[in-house]
Amino acid sequence: MSDSGEVDDLALRTRVEDLLLDYAHAIDDGDMQAWPGFFTEDGLYKIQSRENYEAGLPMGVMFCEGAGMMRDRVLALETANIFEPHTYSHVLGRPRLRLEADGTIRARSNFLVTRTMQEGRMDVFAAGKYLDRIAPQPDGGLKFAERLVVLESRRIDILLVFPL
Amino acid sequence: MTLATADDLTQPFAWPDGGVSQVPYRLFSDPEIYALEQQRIFRGPVWNFLCLEIDVRKPGDFKLASVGETPVVVTRDKDGAVHAFVNRCAHKGALVCLKERGNAAVLTCVYHSWSYNLKGELQGIAFRNGIKGKGGMPADFDPAQHRLQPLKVEVFSGLVFGSFDFAMPLVESYLGPVMAKFVRRSLDKPLRPLGLQSQILHNNWKLYAENVRDSYHATLLHTFYTTFKINRLDMDGGILMSDDTWHHISYAKRDTWQEDAEYRKAGVHSAQFESKLDGPQLLDAWDEEKDGISHVVQSIFPNLAIHFTLNSICVRFFAPRGLNETELFWFYLGTESDTPAQERMRVLQGNLTGAAGLVSLEDGCINEFVQRGTRGSEDKISFVEMGGRDLAPSEQSRATEVSIRGFWAGYRRIMGFQ
Repeated sequence: MSDSGEVDDLALRTRVEDLLLDYAHAIDDGDMQAWPGFFTEDGLYKIQSRENYEAGLPMGVMFCEGAGMMRDRVLALETANIFEPHTYSHVLGRPRLRLEADGTIRARSNFLVTRTMQEGRMDVFAAGKYLDRIAPQPDGGLKFAERLVVLESRRIDILLVFPL
Repeated sequence: MTLATADDLTQPFAWPDGGVSQVPYRLFSDPEIYALEQQRIFRGPVWNFLCLEIDVRKPGDFKLASVGETPVVVTRDKDGAVHAFVNRCAHKGALVCLKERGNAAVLTCVYHSWSYNLKGELQGIAFRNGIKGKGGMPADFDPAQHRLQPLKVEVFSGLVFGSFDFAMPLVESYLGPVMAKFVRRSLDKPLRPLGLQSQILHNNWKLYAENVRDSYHATLLHTFYTTFKINRLDMDGGILMSDDTWHHISYAKRDTWQEDAEYRKAGVHSAQFESKLDGPQLLDAWDEEKDGISHVVQSIFPNLAIHFTLNSICVRFFAPRGLNETELFWFYLGTESDTPAQERMRVLQGNLTGAAGLVSLEDGCINEFVQRGTRGSEDKISFVEMGGRDLAPSEQSRATEVSIRGFWAGYRRIMGFQ
């Protein structure tokens, strides 16, 4: 680590980038069951518009406090919620990383997500940035302690059921 | 297209003989009817929701709004009075205000720098006297004749309403006593914004107006509570309507708030009795109004709704953005006196509603399914007879479509569809 907190350990950078990719690929592949496992048990997940984020307002479009709430989200979308079948495709930008004094890693990266409906219509569904705090785990792995998804637009087309 | 009356429609329209329990699908897909609604409803004798009073808290604050498709600006002047006018320069018709919200002493059109005070009065014109004695406005130009087109404005319980009809009675009498009482119950407190989101629905605005009044579908389409075996304890409830039937309230009561030791200690009630929730903090709540009502959804004609469920307070506004498109805004609110724990509960409960609402996200697509399902069937009608064919309020049961019939009765009246 350099004095500025920049991560100059390329092995660590590779592991963080793999985490970000694996997360996106799991969602794109429809493996919703895997989603809560990317977070620490008390991890935070929030999707918020840029407008609310910059105004310092607390509401999220989706806001999970702990992996339990994420598992409830998964159960709800797999068994309770009604929506037209669709898939996401995430395109990720390279993350900027910063090592914090407590050993966690702050990461900022951009994303773009297309949504494809079952009949073939494809739209840019969401674009924005991930603001992450990533915690090294005792087993050597990495998990999100916090993942804030800041959407460029406050408008959600139709509905948002799968996490971003 | 300018249509003064229902008789001006190219294809004559008559309501089916069955009355308001039969709703022609043409109402959701005819561009002439949509255009007529802009005149008869949104620019007619109704109070339109413009914004929250906290959007224009300080003198000089302005906020964009829309009345039907007409762009509007709401301002607060130096003396504290709230004004609203069409966001259309009196000169060439350009938008005067471009920013969604802000604070300004004067509003200046960028096109030719005509400027207006916060009351919408024209106060300055670039080169009015020309340059070096040449050009300029005619000598008889009267700035008083060229103000921004005003709306009648009234602030009621934290909501700013506007109308193009200056003969409108007070908002309180437009709502009627029962509706007014519930608006006050939900909103008459020092409010604080918690967040705004919006959702694009690919359907005509009236399908959401029906949907928000539809107490029949609630437990059928939205199965989150039953899936998680959440005992809501609030099946006792009913439907209230204003005398003119176009506003409604659906409410539910609970007998008692469940108190278990863990929550009692924190002064927090767990809203579920037992559930399969892995993150039960979702439903942490407190008994805020102490009247036994746990859930209220209220609609105000034409396109406003307010919900107060558990402790989640939200103003919903659904703006027509064309014949087949509606923008649904969710203004989530807390109060100035909320503790951090109370704010957290309101925020977590926000997961239940909105574009990603665990309970109600289906409403984002269900109205579109009707819009798509009725294509090519403009001569067919929907069947709205649950709970009867009449307009009597249903104080004992929510298994009824009476408030949908109430909406259509009001719609028929204001549109002149006999």
